[in-house]
Amino acid sequence: MRTILVALVAGAMAIGAAPSARAHAFLDHASPAVGSEVPASPPVVTLWFTQDLEPAFSGVTVTNEAGQRVDLGNAQIPRDSPAELHVGLKPLAAGTYLVSWHVVSVDTHPTEGTFTFEIKP
Amino acid sequence: MRPTLYYGQLAQLALAASLVIAQTSSALAHGIAGERFFPATILTDDPFVADEISLPQVTTSPPAPDGARGTDVEIDLAKRITPDIGVIIGDRWQRLKPTDTPAVTGLGALRTTAQYQLFVNGPHQALGLLGLTATWAHTGRVQALGAPDFTTLSPTFDFGKGFGDLPRSLPYLRPFAITGNLGFDFPTKVESAGSPNPTNFFYGFAFEYSFPYLECCVKDIGLRAPFNQLFPLVEVSFSTAMNRGLGGQTTGTIQPGIIWAGPYFQIGAEAILPTTRLTGHGYGGVVQLHFYLDDLFPRSIGKPISEWW
Repeated sequence: MRTILVALVAGAMAIGAAPSARAHAFLDHASPAVGSEVPASPPVVTLWFTQDLEPAFSGVTVTNEAGQRVDLGNAQIPRDSPAELHVGLKPLAAGTYLVSWHVVSVDTHPTEGTFTFEIKP
Repeated sequence: MRPTLYYGQLAQLALAASLVIAQTSSALAHGIAGERFFPATILTDDPFVADEISLPQVTTSPPAPDGARGTDVEIDLAKRITPDIGVIIGDRWQRLKPTDTPAVTGLGALRTTAQYQLFVNGPHQALGLLGLTATWAHTGRVQALGAPDFTTLSPTFDFGKGFGDLPRSLPYLRPFAITGNLGFDFPTKVESAGSPNPTNFFYGFAFEYSFPYLECCVKDIGLRAPFNQLFPLVEVSFSTAMNRGLGGQTTGTIQPGIIWAGPYFQIGAEAILPTTRLTGHGYGGVVQLHFYLDDLFPRSIGKPISEWW
């Protein structure tokens, strides 16, 4: 019984370690941080994901409390950091801002999410 | 000759086509509705079609009312046929130790399930699924282990709801989610070895708190791996007999535990606490190793069969 279990778990771990595997891209962390307060308008919002992204199908927007876009529309994935997505911001006043992202990982799995940050001088 | 460009364009076209196919489907597999990821739960059937395998799930049941103890090693394979239609096949190896006789071992009954993804609502993080499970007669050790000598058909409605759509003024409630099952067991034989086989109404729920959701979409409180991938949860499940002289008799368990979900697999562990005298006494436990085939093999067996060609 114990041998069977050990063999099953070992086999399963081997499958899990398959080097060619890719997975869904989930948000790992962001700057400004999810749900954070910052003292001044940040020049850029940067998102780091758990997997590499497909640039043609990934994007991020930032809106103010009135629903107006306040990003510069220049969302980009750096060549040397394919799991990172950033977008420039206009100078922002105090208030709460909504970051909405949608990405496709390199294995074609789509994911999306939103979070807010607050500028509180 | 521009072979590089040609192959590059071909690759882009193929990617675009696969994305169109994936995004026109209402089901994305892997338990995702909008920005909510639902892990596969141990006791409560998942409200989504998927390409996943539990390999293995090991259960030590609480002692039965007569004192017998059981240990199961179970395997379940879920496979999408199309983006919205899936099947599950599962079986278990059982060891039963009565109080005063030697232990017996063998296979339990084979279970197969056909599923249809009724809806996936991203903005409200809601999922609905219809399923029909058949537990097949004479596919396990009937006399020694009590495996059924009759087939049971079990239509079910499975649902999931994340609470991320609560107002942002309630931040720490938004990571909560619930999944649940409602269904009936219809045995195809009214009696076996002198005992009635009643129709059962079963219902179960999983209440979970998603640390990944807290971190990604509510507030980054600084959790890092492995803690930012945890789902503390409590599962409950009940089955109530409805007829054949057993009406009202209920069995059920409460299972508090935790799931860790990584990119390619998840691990879960729960205690098993019986809720009625008919269920047993004391406590048991269950652990599960569960793989996401759609993430491990995204371009082959992890895709719906309808997209293999």
